[in-house]
Amino acid sequence: MPIIEVRSEITGNVWKIVAAVGDRVEEEAAIVILESMKMEIPVTAPESGVITEICVTEGSTCSEGAVVARLQV
Amino acid sequence: MIRRLLVANRGEIACRVMRSARLLGMSTVAVHSEVDATALHVALADQAVAIGAAPATESYLVAARVLAAAVDSGADAVHPGYGFLAENAAFARAVEAAGLRWVGPTPKSIDDMGDKARARIIARAAGVPVLPGSDRFSPADPAVTSATIEAAAAATGFPLLVKAAAGGGGIGMRRVDDPAGLAAAIESTQTMAARAFGDGTVYLERFVPKARHVEVQVFGFGDGRAVHLYERDCSIQRRFQKVIEESPAPGLDQATRTAMCEAATALAREQAYRGAGTVEFVVDADSGEFFFLEMNTRIQVEHPVTEMRTGVDLVAWQLLLAGGDPLPVAGQDDVRAQGHAIEARLYAERPAKGFLPSTGTLSVFELPATGAALLDGLPDGLRIDAGVRAGDTISHWYDPMIAKVIAHGATRDAAIDRLRAALAAIRIEGVETNLVFLQRTLDHPAFRGGDVFTGFIDAHKAVLLAR
Repeated sequence: MPIIEVRSEITGNVWKIVAAVGDRVEEEAAIVILESMKMEIPVTAPESGVITEICVTEGSTCSEGAVVARLQV
Repeated sequence: MIRRLLVANRGEIACRVMRSARLLGMSTVAVHSEVDATALHVALADQAVAIGAAPATESYLVAARVLAAAVDSGADAVHPGYGFLAENAAFARAVEAAGLRWVGPTPKSIDDMGDKARARIIARAAGVPVLPGSDRFSPADPAVTSATIEAAAAATGFPLLVKAAAGGGGIGMRRVDDPAGLAAAIESTQTMAARAFGDGTVYLERFVPKARHVEVQVFGFGDGRAVHLYERDCSIQRRFQKVIEESPAPGLDQATRTAMCEAATALAREQAYRGAGTVEFVVDADSGEFFFLEMNTRIQVEHPVTEMRTGVDLVAWQLLLAGGDPLPVAGQDDVRAQGHAIEARLYAERPAKGFLPSTGTLSVFELPATGAALLDGLPDGLRIDAGVRAGDTISHWYDPMIAKVIAHGATRDAAIDRLRAALAAIRIEGVETNLVFLQRTLDHPAFRGGDVFTGFIDAHKAVLLAR
């Protein structure tokens, strides 16, 4: 079972982590919510799968293209 | 007379407020966060005070630090701009309690208009039409029968929305077009609301299928007198934020325009409103009916549209009133509007990716030439209010708006053409922007024809967002 990387499309602050390691998430479900330029922007699962790693912490800054989580699909 | 003005904001609005303050002979004090130490608004000010770390909650939103900066720098007045602390009544009270002038409405007006339920009551008392809606009710309450629900729905009118009272983000919201669908929609919303918010209370509100957002600029003298400075149409929106604003509102009939302007002025008079404010209405594009949405108790982002059409420097009026100086206006007859003005907001964002924000450093930032003075070149002018210059970094900490481009012309077409040409002459590298999107919008036949409504971008996205 391959593990894929979930990357952020924007630079922002990690506002909330809404899923945990071991969670099964559906495609397009939010894993992390970033705050950027006064907007809340979710980073979503590109495919359905099980989260194997969350790579950010709440309150930290996340760059565009950074890996936010890993997902077994 | 204000001698030294602290501007409690950043970006283009801080720069813009300082321009008028300087024209009136005031010295200016900027406040800034750590990442804004070299920002344009800091460079333009006579002095600057660092007030904290990059997150707004640790700097621009910390009322105590902003007030301390004002007191320590010897400022005798505070202008809040828009956003941040502009509609924070407690901050306004603290500024006045410290013996400084607050360049804004009374804290009571901020409180009254900030509470949406109270604002509706005051609007009704002033004779302003409000969006028909029901009281809140819980369908589980045995006193609420199907007859009372049907009566509330009939009074609201169809189509209507069933909304969760505790809600936000449209969760559980259902559209109902006729009485037959009412019971099922209410049950569905109640269930969703109970699950999401732990509270199944709902209410009904009239739904306007094709809505325009039209607002009226008002200015109150604080003694019960008030004038309006005509309307602005702000229907072109994305993510519930305005993108293009213009005045006059295209295609609005004269009777509606007059009624809206008079209703807005009445609301300002009712509160003995002080200073600049904006009364926002939703207009039914099909029927022409208009309803009060809310009143913004501050200078608005899009105020230059009004300034370009009337030749009035609204910020100067704010500063004169706050300083106890005579205003260059005595009544409605002194306010004249000419031609057409239109503004485009330049955002650091990626329209094709759902308008996601874009960050980076502006390696190139070149704007077409405009007049040196604020209102130069009327009646055929071009104005650009920018908050950044080449070399600046657009960070993720603050709003993605980097500049406003405003054009005036004798006709709507002339104003649009001038704006279109100005946008085409802008060169930006280092961040992605909505420049191409803005030009496509201005070129769209439906926009040119004046068929604007809040669903415009979504309705025409195939053309506007094409790769």
